[in-house]
Amino acid sequence: MPTAAADTPSLDRFSLPDAGGHFGGYGGVFVPETLMTALQDLGAAYEVARHDPAFQTELRHHLKEFAGRPTELYFAERLTQHGGGAKIYLKREDLLHTGAHKINNALAQAILAKRMGKKRIIAETGAGQHGVATAAACAKFGLDCVVYMGAHDMERQSLNVFRMRLMGAEVRGVEAGQKTLKEAINEAMRDWVTNVRSTHYILGTAYGSHPYPMMVRDFHRVIGQEAKEQILAREGRLPDELIACVGGGSNAIGLFFEFLEEPSVRMIGVEAGGHGIKRGEHAARFAGGRLGVLQGCKTFLLQDAEGQIESTHSVSAGLDYAAVGPEHAFYRDRGRIQFAYATDDEVMAAFQLCSRLEGIIPALESTHAIVEGLKRAKALGPDKVIIINLSGRGDKDVQQVAKILGVKL
Amino acid sequence: MSRLAQTFARTRAQNRAAFVAYVCAGDPDFDTSLEACRALLASGVDILELGVPFSDPLADGLTNQLAAQRALENGMTAARVFELVRRLRETSETPIIFYTYYNLLFANGVDAYVRAAKAAGVDGILTLDLPPEESGDVTAACRTHGVDTVFIIAPTTPDARIPTIAAATTGFIYYVSREGVTGVREQVAGNIAEAVARIRTHTALPVAVGFGIGSRAQVAQVAALADGVVVGSALVNCVRDHLGDRAKIVAALAAKAADLAAGVTRS
Repeated sequence: MPTAAADTPSLDRFSLPDAGGHFGGYGGVFVPETLMTALQDLGAAYEVARHDPAFQTELRHHLKEFAGRPTELYFAERLTQHGGGAKIYLKREDLLHTGAHKINNALAQAILAKRMGKKRIIAETGAGQHGVATAAACAKFGLDCVVYMGAHDMERQSLNVFRMRLMGAEVRGVEAGQKTLKEAINEAMRDWVTNVRSTHYILGTAYGSHPYPMMVRDFHRVIGQEAKEQILAREGRLPDELIACVGGGSNAIGLFFEFLEEPSVRMIGVEAGGHGIKRGEHAARFAGGRLGVLQGCKTFLLQDAEGQIESTHSVSAGLDYAAVGPEHAFYRDRGRIQFAYATDDEVMAAFQLCSRLEGIIPALESTHAIVEGLKRAKALGPDKVIIINLSGRGDKDVQQVAKILGVKL
Repeated sequence: MSRLAQTFARTRAQNRAAFVAYVCAGDPDFDTSLEACRALLASGVDILELGVPFSDPLADGLTNQLAAQRALENGMTAARVFELVRRLRETSETPIIFYTYYNLLFANGVDAYVRAAKAAGVDGILTLDLPPEESGDVTAACRTHGVDTVFIIAPTTPDARIPTIAAATTGFIYYVSREGVTGVREQVAGNIAEAVARIRTHTALPVAVGFGIGSRAQVAQVAALADGVVVGSALVNCVRDHLGDRAKIVAALAAKAADLAAGVTRS
């Protein structure tokens, strides 16, 4: 038997969250009263759906035929050589339709919205991947779709803006604050408060008020379920480490969840280190944050001494957010999930390295996990196995990367 | 009897509604805000509702978002908000309530925050993003320090939730007249009478109605139905319209408040 990596006894992973949406001291429901009933209705509808074989069958069907599941677990031979240690496998969520893991959740919530009789969908997006996935799901199911996106993100992810519009979504730019993901969520919540009776809010990460963190996690569990089967078939054993980037934390919890009760498997979430851990220059909540409440959820936040939310920075729009999903905060306290961060510079280097060595252009978000994976592979040594969640592809990032590198397209 | 209870007892005895005026504390700056609030208190306001500026006011419309932004950019802090209340208390016994977001209470400890608010002269606290289910620490601290709680009931609130909300409330129920964020609307929501009646079957607490009310006629319409009428964005607009001219901001607010206050009497 492999030795235990976790310091604390195993916990039934299905016992969380509690009925109020709490993961220990994290999570919960912190929203204006107008939304309370909508959240309770959503929780009830999800509870019925998750136990309904018809819902699961429909979801599986669309995940296979529309999204392209299962995704491959790919042995990255040249990255492994470069790392000079553990075998590196990439879980290829980047191969999914619309380019990232986000489609798992967007499809599932769109089906749920249909069941609830909601014809109008709203969503927020940072990098644009969740917006694109939601736009695609809405086009497919004939639902109206409005996506809120920070004006700054629209600029750095203009390709995704156009993709959403091609698929019939209305993209509304948000000019408030620093014009990124946090402001887009504020605006989406304002829309939802206003149109709550007709509208379902497809929140894009394992964050916000109950039932979202639980529901979004469940819709991404398929990543870890597949990865477990695939690595057992390939290596005949469990991996030593799982590594995933963490913005809100949906791709990470999706990969990790299936392994939480496997004590030999270490898990590392990688946050955005931006320009380094200085106020306003990063989005590493566990490196510079403390407990607070933002946008429906109690968790680790980047905030000033008075509780005002601080501005954040990351080269990747998808990780550029002041708060982290509550389940990650819970498992970090227990020592079950560890956290690291990667800086913009490290990410830019690994982005090019992965492209050159593997012929795979990773999303800037996922590249954070590659940075950490390469470091750890070397430290672990050659008889070990790690899985990096390649949560999205980098096509959306090429313009921005060219700009940073000073290349004129 | 708390200042809030005394106020509602008085307005009820006078057969009228209480006029609740909202402005953002420190909008556009501390000194202007102090003068503006004093002008409001001298212009028929029964309860002053002070928005505590927050970086992410997700229940607020654009008018109030921008007001919070102005206040923060001009140096409002928790200490300055308390200072504003202290200065207002030098000359007024009118109830003052905070309209705020939970993280501002939570950041340095809920109990310490509520104690400081009480010491400054705050009478009640309404926390926009705090449903009663999560409000244990706030209601406990308010009970300990003698600060009233205010909770919201929305058109989407089912009857079954009303007793839970009422049980957490000591000051008054704030009925949000429509789904949506704060902001002036052309018409007052149509079903307020029914909603207020629905709430009153569950509680004897005063019911104030807000969101979307901005003119004297609208105030009068709501005053006939509820114990209090809240006007916010229409007042904040008086600030926005005269930025850079303190005297005009103060004069515009005083005139608007006096006009609105005339609407709360029931003919």
